[in-house]
Amino acid sequence: MIRRIFQGVLATMIVGMLATLPAAGDEKFIIVQSTTSTQNSGLFDQLLPKFQEKTGIEVRVVAVGTGQAIKNAANGDGDVLLVHSKPSEEKFVADGFGVARADVMYNDFVIVGPSDDPAGIAGSRDVVTALAKIAESKSLFASRGDDSGTHKAELRLWKAAGIDPSEDSGSWYRETGSGMGATLNTGTGMNAYVLTDRATWIAFGNKGDHGIAVEGDARLFNQYGVILVNPKKHPHVKAELGQVFINWLLSREGQQSIADFEIDGQQLFFPNANEGSS
Amino acid sequence: MDSFWGALAGAVGLVFALDPDLMEIIGLSIRVTLTAVFFSCLIGLPLGAAVGTFNFPGRTLIAVFLNALMGLPPVVVGLMVYLMLSASGPLAPLRLLYTPTAMIIAQMILVTPIVAALTRQVVEDLNREYAEQFASMGVGAFDRLTAMLWDARYSLMTVALAGFGRAVAEVGAVIIVGGNINHVTRVMTTTIALETSRGNLQLALALGVILLVIAFAVNACVMALRASAVRAAYA
Repeated sequence: MIRRIFQGVLATMIVGMLATLPAAGDEKFIIVQSTTSTQNSGLFDQLLPKFQEKTGIEVRVVAVGTGQAIKNAANGDGDVLLVHSKPSEEKFVADGFGVARADVMYNDFVIVGPSDDPAGIAGSRDVVTALAKIAESKSLFASRGDDSGTHKAELRLWKAAGIDPSEDSGSWYRETGSGMGATLNTGTGMNAYVLTDRATWIAFGNKGDHGIAVEGDARLFNQYGVILVNPKKHPHVKAELGQVFINWLLSREGQQSIADFEIDGQQLFFPNANEGSS
Repeated sequence: MDSFWGALAGAVGLVFALDPDLMEIIGLSIRVTLTAVFFSCLIGLPLGAAVGTFNFPGRTLIAVFLNALMGLPPVVVGLMVYLMLSASGPLAPLRLLYTPTAMIIAQMILVTPIVAALTRQVVEDLNREYAEQFASMGVGAFDRLTAMLWDARYSLMTVALAGFGRAVAEVGAVIIVGGNINHVTRVMTTTIALETSRGNLQLALALGVILLVIAFAVNACVMALRASAVRAAYA
């Protein structure tokens, strides 16, 4: 009796195990290393079903920070890279890890902050002055601190303001070392200013009493690029399928799908594939 | 507190809506975790029992080692498995990265030491009672081991449940080696992490409640199995 029960449990488990083994012949998929902003905003949920319907290619997205996405792709753990830090992307291609880089779309960064606005920057269009005021008033600022595209953009802006916030890390400058969403959760929790991409902010569900304080500065431009991982470096890369995906993203249809993606009537990403990309 | 009760209501709503995506995620969670626990027991039970039963040089060292490994940080295990399975890693030809199998491997590494260490303790305690009798009867090593495991089976069910608890709640390792890919490697814990990062805290908490209920159900099943087994044994 007891043994029979154990045998039953065992058999169930073995069946479950076998079901977990990857099904053979199910190989028409690519892995895209991408960033949290594209996934968290829901953009991929809009694009990928359309692409799959047209081509039959399944796109598996691994969404991490730009820094980690680039490292993963350099290790060969992906077929396509879709991130937003142009200098790092160009280095990736120059180092031979990627075939070529193309502009796909852009959105912009904004600084969000608490409604009582301790640094007095709300409504400003000058991001560098705004950062200087945050530092001067020692208002709390939550930074990604994770080598992501957004973090790199933030560091470039601090540099432009002539401030090295790392000296004050732990006092008013808080490095979360986490993704965009986690940093926003921290920022709204501790009443800190946060630099975020607009798409993640619009789609974010835990805004608290935070609102956009600074926007509209040309220096807040946020360009996304797409790169095919180089099959010469990593022979297993599905270059053909990856290129189909890239071509579709850059095609009129793909670009239109990006433009059509809206949350609450607001467009989150602006396609710009054919405006003088490298 | 509003959001807490909202989450409870949300959890009930989610379950009764029988959303196919959610069912897929729950199914994968259970499959990955049970498979990992199964293999961990396959390795951990005999290993722990052997360390608990036999005297050999280095036995204490191995026991300490097993106990220490119970505290392995999941993120570190995730990184180790990632580096092994990565296209630039030694096990690249297996093509296992970003598959459920990779998640099973990571969880096995986390759970096996727990099963082995707790089994060793249970069996060692039992061995104090049995050792003389075994010696006087001249029982062979293999028979001693199986007798120990069989007689300790009820305690070992709890050991397996401890392993299950660790595996089902774990997110740090599976999100690295699985990649949290929709419809492929997305499980309950990685979904909770994703929804938290989207700022959907209520939904994340609701999913957490569901995960808790699943853990409760598995524990209840094992306890019921144990109770009926005990009844059968004394009937």
